[in-house]
Amino acid sequence: MATFTQYKVYYPFVGPCDPCPPIRAKTYNTPPQLYVPVQPPGLPQYDPYTALKQGTLWPAYYSPYDGRIESKPGE
Amino acid sequence: MWIYEKKLQYPVRVSKCDVRMAKLLHEQYGGADGELAAALRYLNQRYSIPDKVVGLLNDIGTEEFAHLEMIATMIYKLTKDATPEQIRAAGVDDHYVNHDRALFYHNASGVPWTASYIQAKGDPIADLYEDIAAEEKARATYQWLIDQTDDPDLKDGLKFLREREVIHSLRFREAVEILKEDQAQKKIF
Amino acid sequence: MAHKQLTEEYYKLLHEIQAVDFVLVELNLYLDTHPSDSAIIEQYNAYAVKSKQLKEEYARRYGPLQHGDMADKPYSWPDAPWPWQV
Repeated sequence: MATFTQYKVYYPFVGPCDPCPPIRAKTYNTPPQLYVPVQPPGLPQYDPYTALKQGTLWPAYYSPYDGRIESKPGE
Repeated sequence: MWIYEKKLQYPVRVSKCDVRMAKLLHEQYGGADGELAAALRYLNQRYSIPDKVVGLLNDIGTEEFAHLEMIATMIYKLTKDATPEQIRAAGVDDHYVNHDRALFYHNASGVPWTASYIQAKGDPIADLYEDIAAEEKARATYQWLIDQTDDPDLKDGLKFLREREVIHSLRFREAVEILKEDQAQKKIF
Repeated sequence: MAHKQLTEEYYKLLHEIQAVDFVLVELNLYLDTHPSDSAIIEQYNAYAVKSKQLKEEYARRYGPLQHGDMADKPYSWPDAPWPWQV
């Protein structure tokens, strides 16, 4: 499986006329299906209760999200 | 035909009465990238797509109805015992004067659902790319919903639904690959 | 008014059915795009048997989950709780 990260960071231009304290590091999600868009056979599986909890049977396609990750305004 | 099963796909819980989140969850109930739109989009496209991928559209379309029921359950539990005062305080009085505590197929801003949210181009690649985009948009909507709540139980159900979008997107991408393959078919013209 | 009481055992069995059926959902979607994976087909069939057994037990104890399950007397299908109420 290709190495990947579940989100990427970018640093928008900060201008002198922006009224809000700048959020310097912003992110967007890049979940696993972008990297392995065809599932190979024989992938490991979660047990049924864990699968239900995770929302998928396949650990390779588990994509966690627990709220937006970005830098604090003004930092 | 469909047969109703008297259970949810996932055990939905919420930990508090929260009218504001119920309003926001309507985005996934009657919004452009919501579960109703998803179910109707796929179940309608399945009549005009190669047989090889009909099953996938059929089964994902059916699962979307289970997700619609989960969203409805969240909204129901968040508002079931809300008082008119709580509804006014949450800024949902405009919904209340028309619908009381009833759900309705509109988005978080109250715009009613419309068939123009979905497409059926009849071209299999165009339709599957629409479906992949729809799944990624629904995934993003779930992210923004998760950002708007601190209720761990509600987040739990939303994370499940977000992960389903990831898997559905994967399967639609596989469907494109299946249709791209050279089937060495007989020339029919 | 008396409502049906939902016990810990009820939630436990429901959760087990949800977990087993979720495996079936996932295996089915996989098979939609990988119809020749015979190991997964065998796994699917094993879970189909398990799901059936669990639902028979559920119907015996709490009434039918769907039409075609064995009905109880009096007919409990229209009774609360509905899925969004449990």
